[in-house]
Amino acid sequence: MAAVQGGMSDADIETDIKTEPSTDGFGNNNANDGRVLSASPGSGSSTGSNKQTAAVTPEDQQTLLAVLQFLKKNKLIESVEILRREAGLPENSLDPKATESAGAGSGGAAGIVDLEGGDVSSLLSRVTGSSSAGAQAPTKAVAEDQPDVRVVLSAYSQQGDPTLYEVYYSDLKKFIETVLDCHRAELSQVFYPLFVHMYLELVYNNHESEAKAFFEKFSGDQECYYEEDLRVLSGLTKKEHMRGNETLLDFRTSKFVLRISRDSYQLLKRHLQERQNNQIWNIIQEHLYIDIFDGMPRSKSQIDAMSGSLAGEAKREANKTKVYYGLLKEPEIELPLDDEDEEAENEEGKPKKKKPKKDSMGSKSKKQDPNAPSQNRIPLPELKDSDKLDKIMYMKEATKRIRLGSDNLPSVCFYTFLNAYQGLTAVDFTDDSSLIAGGFADSTVRVWSVTPKKLRKVKSAADLNLIDKESDDVLERIMDEKTASESKIMYGHSGPVYGISFSPDRNYLLSSSEDGTVRLWSLLTFTCLVAYKGHNYPVWDTQFSPYGYYFVSGGHDRVARLWATDHYQPLRIFSGHLADITCTRFHPNSNYVATGSSDRTIRVWDVLSGNCVRIFTGHKGPIHSLAFSPNGKFLASGATDGRVLLWDIGHGLMMGELKGHTDTIYSLRFSRDGEILASGSMDNTVRLWDVMKAFDDLETDDFTAATGHIHLQDNSQELLLGTYTTKSTPVIHLHFTRRNLLLAAGVSQL
Amino acid sequence: MSAMAEERRQKHCSVVLPTESMKAMAESVGVGQLQEDSCVALSEEVSYRIKEIAQDALKFMHHGKRRKLTTSDIDNALKLKNVEPLYGFQSQEFIPFRFASGGGRELHFYEEKEVDLSDIINTPLPRVPLDVSLKAHWLSIEGMQPAIPENPPPATKEQQKVESTEPLKVVKPGQEEEGTIQGKGQGTTTPDGKGKEKGLIRLKPRSTHELSVEQQLYYKEITEACVGSCEAKRAEALQSIATDPGLYQMLPRFSTFISEGVRVNVVQNNLALLIYLMRMVKALMDNPTLYLEKYLHELIPAVVTCIVSKQLCLRPDVDNHWALRDFAARLMAQSCKTFSTTTNNIQSRITKTFTKSWLDDKTQWTTRYGCIAGLAELGPDVIKTLIIPRLAIEGARIKAVMEGPVISNIDKIGAEHVQSLLLKHCASVIAKLRSPPDNVEQYRTEYGYLGPMLCSHVMKARTQAALQAQQVNRTTLTITQPRLRATAAQANRRPRTPSIIKVPSSLTLMSPRPGTPSQPSPPATKYIVMATSAGAASTQQVILVITLSSSQSASPVTSTVPSATSTLQPLVKLEPGSGPGLTASRPLQKYIVVSLPSSASSSLETKSSVLPTSISSSSLDGGMKLERSESPGASTQSPH
Repeated sequence: MAAVQGGMSDADIETDIKTEPSTDGFGNNNANDGRVLSASPGSGSSTGSNKQTAAVTPEDQQTLLAVLQFLKKNKLIESVEILRREAGLPENSLDPKATESAGAGSGGAAGIVDLEGGDVSSLLSRVTGSSSAGAQAPTKAVAEDQPDVRVVLSAYSQQGDPTLYEVYYSDLKKFIETVLDCHRAELSQVFYPLFVHMYLELVYNNHESEAKAFFEKFSGDQECYYEEDLRVLSGLTKKEHMRGNETLLDFRTSKFVLRISRDSYQLLKRHLQERQNNQIWNIIQEHLYIDIFDGMPRSKSQIDAMSGSLAGEAKREANKTKVYYGLLKEPEIELPLDDEDEEAENEEGKPKKKKPKKDSMGSKSKKQDPNAPSQNRIPLPELKDSDKLDKIMYMKEATKRIRLGSDNLPSVCFYTFLNAYQGLTAVDFTDDSSLIAGGFADSTVRVWSVTPKKLRKVKSAADLNLIDKESDDVLERIMDEKTASESKIMYGHSGPVYGISFSPDRNYLLSSSEDGTVRLWSLLTFTCLVAYKGHNYPVWDTQFSPYGYYFVSGGHDRVARLWATDHYQPLRIFSGHLADITCTRFHPNSNYVATGSSDRTIRVWDVLSGNCVRIFTGHKGPIHSLAFSPNGKFLASGATDGRVLLWDIGHGLMMGELKGHTDTIYSLRFSRDGEILASGSMDNTVRLWDVMKAFDDLETDDFTAATGHIHLQDNSQELLLGTYTTKSTPVIHLHFTRRNLLLAAGVSQL
Repeated sequence: MSAMAEERRQKHCSVVLPTESMKAMAESVGVGQLQEDSCVALSEEVSYRIKEIAQDALKFMHHGKRRKLTTSDIDNALKLKNVEPLYGFQSQEFIPFRFASGGGRELHFYEEKEVDLSDIINTPLPRVPLDVSLKAHWLSIEGMQPAIPENPPPATKEQQKVESTEPLKVVKPGQEEEGTIQGKGQGTTTPDGKGKEKGLIRLKPRSTHELSVEQQLYYKEITEACVGSCEAKRAEALQSIATDPGLYQMLPRFSTFISEGVRVNVVQNNLALLIYLMRMVKALMDNPTLYLEKYLHELIPAVVTCIVSKQLCLRPDVDNHWALRDFAARLMAQSCKTFSTTTNNIQSRITKTFTKSWLDDKTQWTTRYGCIAGLAELGPDVIKTLIIPRLAIEGARIKAVMEGPVISNIDKIGAEHVQSLLLKHCASVIAKLRSPPDNVEQYRTEYGYLGPMLCSHVMKARTQAALQAQQVNRTTLTITQPRLRATAAQANRRPRTPSIIKVPSSLTLMSPRPGTPSQPSPPATKYIVMATSAGAASTQQVILVITLSSSQSASPVTSTVPSATSTLQPLVKLEPGSGPGLTASRPLQKYIVVSLPSSASSSLETKSSVLPTSISSSSLDGGMKLERSESPGASTQSPH
């Protein structure tokens, strides 16, 4: 795509052609490779340089071959010579293919570089016609991870008559409208990506007025959930605009994934071949990834449930990796803990403590959960004495927990921030609900104590020297009574604070800000300890691991980073999202991280390998909230489209859709025993959902599990347990206390 | 589909800045003679970049968890693009652009006022804005939403209305959903939660008549406090009636309580209780969440009784039942304004009733007074058409009592009150009707016995107005930006004075032209100005400016008292200018300009603070003081 003009075979453009593959082309590659290569932890942020030096890699050679071929075709013999000499390719490497017919050409290409056969042959098919294209569908699947060659060269072939674009498109439209109902829904999926690519091609080739006409004619046909993208697209009318436009870059570099049944696909292919509709066929070949499955075509509702993301649906393979979603065994400290508990609680602690465990985790017993990762898959910090004390507290509280259910709804206590002048941007509660922190648009971070216990700082170093370090209440003595107050302000950021998170031990607080830093604050001294710099753009969200020590952050730079508090550089970089990462959540077992993005997908990443192990599509707007169920099996996500989607992490399936909110959902939280999901939204409501019912109702058999084609019932109304409207306070944060009281927070907008 | 497509296409139709703008901008930076081509190219480029920035700015808005795009979002979006942000356009609330239109042209401009430095130096510092604080309340208790002021009313006024006026109306899908959700969420509190099954014949929804134990307790407490002896408790109870959102279920009981109470106490001539009941009516009317229309048939007779009843107290010669009549008349006028529609015709029916009994010769002075008060409160138009023509006749009647043989002291007192009432109300109207030279003889011929007195009142009114006109010229008018949340705020706070007049936007208020009665005219709602003619004998113009926060200036006639809790800014200080006149009787006009609350926080506890510049400015606090001089409750305790 990068050098469409090359086709004009002007001499001055020719130089462009030679340089562009190495700049634009590889630049684009990196975005993709980042995704592929992030398998190697730490090196996820691929730098393009090493690729260029290693010129002998198969893909590179492939690129060169393709370029040579193009040059040759346009009789730019000198350039061919120069390029070949510089690349050090044997003279005959190109000749047979260039002269021979398409079929032999593809064979030759396959002979040279076996794996990449599809690339060159598809290129040739473009040059010579689409006769051999059908046979390549299977090989394409193999080569789909290297779209670079085709991306680079795609531009060459696309120089059809701009006036014919409309004809092509409406021809296809007519065809799809006339096919059998069962195929129509599936085939309609190609409309949107085709539309976008055709429009971009027109714009790129400077056919401004044609592009405009094309857009106006067909933009109305697109699904309404692409509205946002269409708006971006509509603003873009010049080739110059395309440079640096992120949305476009995504479209050009990543393939739009469609899932189509084999029958439907054959139908489409046959039609296009009959009509010699090469323009469209080429786009399908180059820019779309068609995931063909055997079986019944999907229905419109099934397709609608999964589509909507920036780059189409997730590929089936993307969700095949095994995910250890089980919870970690409560570490060994549980034993001494039990003893203490027993002593302290007259043997009552043990049975009581076990009970809620059983309730909430179902089959979880003392044994290792078969779905759980091994205990030390991720090195976790050792528990300190204070942590153990906290665990005991937790157990005690857990025994007093209220069993929630459809007939036993939680009480909701709402914390309204007054006089915040609309500046509140993030809220978090500590796990024990004793502290509440707010991040504000004026760059401040404030912490309140919501219990009578006031916030105190540690005494100064000089004063600390004076205290008796041997005394039992030394922890009490180090605190400076004079500083006791209900709230503390912490200054340090230089931009709105968008994410905030308490450490599980309540000693630290993380905040992420527009200024591109994540800061770690001490809640003992109320000062900033570290500013983690890495994201150069606003950091939208950050969260501590449930075991502390690690934390994750994600922001405008489209990567999520995993950090450890004692490292100033990230341990992992999760890259792959096509747009801003808007929210980040740790899995309860700390082995996985989920990120939600403006590209309308949710990805789950393996902390150990840095790989993306799940891609969930189905939201129609940027995702603004995520929540893992306490048993680690499920994920809930909420987006600007006002819908909550439920996901089964183990199978990588959508489990349900909860409709009811009318505005962005900023907060989601499962109750402590996982029975109830609470969602808080910009529409000033807190809603409670019976998720247990949602999970139980969904019948999943082997087939649906294998294909991911689930039939969602539209039963949101049955699942909705309650709606609580505030006067005019959007709900920004929700939190279940250890006893299952729901706390909500927001800033009044009156 | 095609319609939708049409719509969307329009939305997407790429808007490009006009090339003239490019030219204008180029000229503003010293580039003259920009070529047309360059302009086109520039405008396309600029439009694209602006859109790009707007899209990024939206991101910041979403992450800022707001619905409103602010200037800082734009700044941040510019920063993303590595562009220097715009300085000097920081505005939390709204972009400081003003809009003006006229002559078919619309103009957005940035108002830059010249500010006198000494003004800034001399104005007292604004109050420090309140710090962020946390407030907790129960949004729901085990699935039920408690009806507390912090929560929205369980049934909105619209719902109540629909329920009462169109019980059989098929509920719209959205509402139905809402209804069932509420029904689920709130258990039995929503009367119509059930019975919404589709397909069934819709019967009038059964409304729950039983109150929960808490509600019964509340009802008992409130009614006892309202008619009890403790004034503090009563104030609290009335405050609760006026603000609590969850009262609609008790409304029928309250209305019956009032109506029965009036019936009994009129017979027993218990003035104090009648006053208390009228204050309850007032509180109910003040509650923005209640849909009173359904209960007017009980309330209006009760109020009218308190206006026109022959006897309201045990000792008509001593007790100040006149104040009760005034107060009730004002209530009546208020309900006419709020509830009168073309179908129920409350105002005309009430007017007829009053006129009829006034015209009756046998009518007693007390009833007569009530009728006149009731009519007069309905506004200057009613005074002009109904009262002024009868001044001569009424004057003769008064004369007969005053100068004739003393029949009874009671009649004499009655006649005196009627006389002063007529003078009070008519003077200001006549001052506007007649042109200045006020001739006593002329007045006498026209208005008979009351003429001379009327003449002096009118003259007083005119001088008063002239005085104010001068003061107005001196006073600066402070107008801050109009609040955008006007409507929300209005819904939230109902003004508490009888007449509510909405005023066009600030600018028209600026020039109180002499000669024109500054009775502002209706359209556009920006400020709520309440104008009442006050009945007090004070000769000073009283201007009440309700500022809800950090006031920064005190003009000669206006003074503001920062309210205890709120944090709002003063909007308008306004003086009404009446025509310059020579004489006036006792013209009094109050203008109350309410600035709308800016932030939510305060709305719960904002109480308008009022400080009139009259002598009586000492011990006023709190919203109830608006009725200070008029409140019969107050006046019985300290008769004036």
